[in-house]
Amino acid sequence: MTDFFNEMFDSGAVRVPYARLRDWMEEMPAELRSLKQAEAEALFRRIGITFAVYGEGGDPDRLIPFDMFPRVFSHDEWRRLERGIKQRARALNAFLSDVYDRGEIVRAGRIPDRLVYLNEAYEKPVAGIRPPKGVYSHIVGIDLVRTGPDQFYVLEDNCRTPSGVSYMLENREIMMRMFPELFRANRIEPVEGYPELLRRTLASVAPEKCRGEPTVVILTPGHFNSAYYEHSFLADLMGVELVEGQDLFVEGEHVWMRTTRGPERVDVIYRRIDDPFLDPLCFRPDSMLGIPGLMDVYRSGGVTIASAPGAGVADDKAIYCFVPEMVRFYLGEEPILENVPTWQCARHDDLKYVLEHLPELVVKEVHGSGGYGMLVGPKATKEQIEAFRLKLLDQPSNYIAQPTLALSTVPTFVEEGVAPRHVDLRPYCLVGERIELVPGGLTRVALTEGSLVVNSSQGGGVKDTWVLAE
Amino acid sequence: MLSRTAANLYWLARYMERAETAARFLQVGARIALVPNTGHGYRNEWDALLRAAGTADAFARKYGEPIQRNIESHLFFDHDNPSSVAACLRRARENGRIVRTALTAQVWDALNTAYQELRELERTPRGELSMVALTDWTTRTTALVRGAIDATQLRNDNYDFLHLGYHLERADNTARLLDVKYYVLLPQVEFVGSGLDNYQWMTLLRAMSAHRAFHWAYGGEVTAARIAHFLILNPQCPRALITCVEGMNAHLERLARGYGRRTPAQSAARRMLAKLAETEVEEIFDEGLHEFLSRFIDEVGALGQTVHDSYLSGDVR
Repeated sequence: MTDFFNEMFDSGAVRVPYARLRDWMEEMPAELRSLKQAEAEALFRRIGITFAVYGEGGDPDRLIPFDMFPRVFSHDEWRRLERGIKQRARALNAFLSDVYDRGEIVRAGRIPDRLVYLNEAYEKPVAGIRPPKGVYSHIVGIDLVRTGPDQFYVLEDNCRTPSGVSYMLENREIMMRMFPELFRANRIEPVEGYPELLRRTLASVAPEKCRGEPTVVILTPGHFNSAYYEHSFLADLMGVELVEGQDLFVEGEHVWMRTTRGPERVDVIYRRIDDPFLDPLCFRPDSMLGIPGLMDVYRSGGVTIASAPGAGVADDKAIYCFVPEMVRFYLGEEPILENVPTWQCARHDDLKYVLEHLPELVVKEVHGSGGYGMLVGPKATKEQIEAFRLKLLDQPSNYIAQPTLALSTVPTFVEEGVAPRHVDLRPYCLVGERIELVPGGLTRVALTEGSLVVNSSQGGGVKDTWVLAE
Repeated sequence: MLSRTAANLYWLARYMERAETAARFLQVGARIALVPNTGHGYRNEWDALLRAAGTADAFARKYGEPIQRNIESHLFFDHDNPSSVAACLRRARENGRIVRTALTAQVWDALNTAYQELRELERTPRGELSMVALTDWTTRTTALVRGAIDATQLRNDNYDFLHLGYHLERADNTARLLDVKYYVLLPQVEFVGSGLDNYQWMTLLRAMSAHRAFHWAYGGEVTAARIAHFLILNPQCPRALITCVEGMNAHLERLARGYGRRTPAQSAARRMLAKLAETEVEEIFDEGLHEFLSRFIDEVGALGQTVHDSYLSGDVR
């Protein structure tokens, strides 16, 4: 088996960022630990942070398991990540502005035109529209994994509506409540400014027609959505209304919300619904979630939609391979963060290699998410591999493959005590008039021994993520 | 405020109050059933209760004979009965979950804890649960939520819509609880004024946690007229119809002031209040208690519709 980088213990010694956690870990009696774990769970349940997993029956209000052992970055480690993340967020937005405008990157032959213009996520109806400040993706969630002290890889980009930020905030609240002594012993950068930063970011991209303080709302598909808790949590902390499609309507050149005092104008919509559901007159006619006429107002500059319709074309897994190229093309810089080497099964040579090396690769659907529909070669049975081989041969362009990465581990509380478990990281980069990043993110952890899949829908948990102050 | 948010708050309160009423129905029934020799045995009493609760037909379809244990299930646990304690608490919590941002942490905590405890109760074998414990739990839980609202919610329009829901539902429910008396007594006119009659009246008072209050307010003999006066016309009684109408009126006036806009809801509530304030208990008995209550329930329903059109429908112009 591969050697995994343990973020706390490096060849027996404790790495500096984790120095003060060693005593804490060793001195915590087992009884206290289970007591604290129960306390944390009760807190989560009482606050109501639960998520729903569709199609599996069982408890509709499931908790994402929370692991109390924090994940820690030193100040310097974080600075480098921060520069890399902001760089990538800038490049992705430049790409989106470009492909809905002149398409220079395609003309220059740096990205194949079919990957862009024939992409399902490419929204022809918005071509030629320039959103305020040229920003398409206002919240960019970049999923990172680590394989060594200095080696990070970008696993994927999320340019539409990355979720999970409420866990970043709540995990911290709960840790501070349960272990205040840890926060006295370690100087940990706060993350609680995120909602205010998000509000300011969204206000900064208000449409030009807007006069005075812009009215920002969050648009949710409704309370049956698995992320509803997050929507309402953010609305609350930002001090904005949480609306459903039925609460909004279009009249004249504006979008209005229905209030008890009569209609109130809306300037910026942070939507947590997908493009096809935004406006039944423009996209899916059967959408019950959207607002008829919204896209007309958007086109005429009466409202800002965040993320802008069409932003999804930048986080497609086939486009992913070209993000380093975007950094070079638009910014004239070398990418700070590397991509995972990726084989595109649409290419003949790549497909050949992938088919020959299936047992060592991870194969993903180009449009899939949530860890569904993927093959983890080293963990799969012969039958599963053969079944996947057929799917691959059937529709090669639907898949990409990557080497099985030796994901880093962080100590995690398990049944038997403390043991290393694999983690990833999702920071949330905000793009408006400025680009901002709170020091932290969501660390997801694969709780099953040896597992590399951190998705909450597949038994993953979450951890508080610390960035130490200088 | 979003109209939908106002509607969620209003319905949260209505469902909480309705859950409490379901529990109080159970208390009335259980107590009436302890009285021997009521002529037709227990069956009619429970049947009367179900009719007043408005679920007699649904119950008959699902269970057939009104057996106490089934009635208890129906009024407490049954999700097919939209007025059962469990159904109401779930919907109250769901309405609360939708507008989490409009509730204080304490209110949400009280609501959510109620829901978690309810789920625990639903998992407990029925044999281990006494009806008294269930109804006590319900009244305690609803009091907790209401207390959290009064203690922590900002006195803004959120607060008004919550209380509008509470008062409107309570007005309706008190009228319905009073109507149980009509259904119970109807076949046995000879009992009017008898010791049994008074016992039933007292049971009603008990169910509204008002029997001690009644004695403080009136002293002396317990008569039907006095009890009717207490529960309908005495503004000291927190569940009296007039108190509920006063409450609706007050919160509608606050809304009108806050928004700088009057709606048909204010006029309707004011008319109801003026009429009740003029009413004498003798007139109610002359009209017939059941007729009076039926008319009142209709008026409350109409006011609810007006509130909906004026504030909750989202078509406010």
